[in-house]
Amino acid sequence: MADVSVAPSTAPSDEGGALLSLRAVEKHFGDLHVLRHVDLTIARGEVVVVIGPSGSGKSTLCRTINRLETIDSGTITIAGRELPEEGRDLARLRAQVGMVFQSFNLFAHKTVLENVTLGPIKAKGVKRAAAKERAMELLDRVGVANQAHKLPAQLSGGQQQRVAIARALAMDPELILFDEPTSALDPEMINEVLDVMVGLARDGMTMLVVTHEMGFARRAADRVVFMDAGEIVEESDPETFFTAPRSDRAKDFLSKILPH
Amino acid sequence: MDGDYLERYRSLFDQFDVVAAFWVNIQLTLAAGLIALVLGTALAVMRISPAPSLRWAGSTYVTLVRNTPLTVIIVFCVLGLWGQLGITFSDDFNRNFFWLAVLGLAVYHAAFVCEALRSGVNTVPVGQAEAARAIGLGFVASARLVILPQAFRGAVAPLGNVLIALVKNSTVAAAGSVAEASGLMAEMIEFRPDVILAIFFTFAFGFVLLVVPIGLATTSLSRRWTVAR
Ligand SMILES: Nc1ncnc2c1ncn2[C@@H]1O[C@H](COP(=O)(O)OP(=O)(O)O)[C@@H](O)[C@H]1O
Ligand SMILES: [Mg+2]
Repeated sequence: MADVSVAPSTAPSDEGGALLSLRAVEKHFGDLHVLRHVDLTIARGEVVVVIGPSGSGKSTLCRTINRLETIDSGTITIAGRELPEEGRDLARLRAQVGMVFQSFNLFAHKTVLENVTLGPIKAKGVKRAAAKERAMELLDRVGVANQAHKLPAQLSGGQQQRVAIARALAMDPELILFDEPTSALDPEMINEVLDVMVGLARDGMTMLVVTHEMGFARRAADRVVFMDAGEIVEESDPETFFTAPRSDRAKDFLSKILPH
Repeated sequence: MDGDYLERYRSLFDQFDVVAAFWVNIQLTLAAGLIALVLGTALAVMRISPAPSLRWAGSTYVTLVRNTPLTVIIVFCVLGLWGQLGITFSDDFNRNFFWLAVLGLAVYHAAFVCEALRSGVNTVPVGQAEAARAIGLGFVASARLVILPQAFRGAVAPLGNVLIALVKNSTVAAAGSVAEASGLMAEMIEFRPDVILAIFFTFAFGFVLLVVPIGLATTSLSRRWTVAR
């Protein structure tokens, strides 16, 4: 695979090195309190794994960060700027924050290559030829360059998810959110996706990753954040979290997912 | 049936220009269909837009127009727009009636195009729109580049049904004084009651001939254009 740099080349000034910062974020779905006073800071270049039981608000957390969901109160800032409400500013912010979904969500009517070039051409105004060249580099980097002219449905799940990562990278994002990127994959395809993600982490990409893959957390994460019932219960480095969790809720959760 | 009957039937076609009358229906259908497609697409975009006022305007249009009989709309176009307000589309008297009928047909069928397209939009998973927003596309770009292309493919069959309805409904233009097939049929029956059944079957067959290919084409297109997921 070609060696392509993916880390943002220019770094706008952030306060205290924090690229992403959530302060006292609250979110309800009707009566359901999904995010309870969430405080979270991610430094540029940091890789944070979010772990927690199903329904604890992990996806909602990701989705509030690029404003696919609104929040009730609190603040979210990216590179020192608060999330814009709507319109052009919001679109620009979304271009800075990549998102990789559990179900890939590749544009089903477009080829793999078109999936990767669409954002740069239509949202950033990159010239078609330049966008294509960059897309081919990225597809090569994630190991699916030979599938460039196929439709998503013709690819395996692992290949589709790697294309989705290339699509996010093509926008040169400051931060990429991964919402359970390997949960929909057959076991034999999980590692091909995790390997790409580990590579990104090594290259200095800032990442927020919702995953239960402990191997990934151990290999690539700087920090593990444990969520339960909409709250951040505990944060620590991966080794400490998996071997010596402090809270009872984390101990209970780990006892369910760890092999006995 | 004797040879005499066949001879009398054949003579109909010297007396009346049946093909020309059907050609008017084809023209009505093409013109109104094109305008209805554009208008209906705009309405569908309004109905899925994030702006509540646009959604309201779109759904109000559909509810009002869909529940008004087509005859009323066409008569309104002729008597209201032209007769009362003096709106004309052409200096030629008959052309003017033709375009007023096209307007009425287009306005009416746009509501059905909108609903057909919305059923197409429902075949597109939410994740497609979220992925579009996540790469920084605004609503209009998401709709144009991601949602609508897939929605059209998912709506080929219902859109075909709207077109079929439009072909048949083009006969309502007779209510707007446009000389088209159903009007000619009424005239022929009046002047040639001796071959009344033959006249009736001729026109029924003419419409079947127009409609059947549309059904076949949309069935094959919708199969070919299905978005693989
Ligand atoms: N759009 C929604 N409307 C109502 N409830 C929702 C919506 N999305 C998620 N929820 C609920 O919010 C809670 C948190 O969901 P989610 O963030 O998806 O959790 P996780 O990703 O940790 O499994 C769940 O109880 C879920 O049912
Ligand atoms: Mg989730």
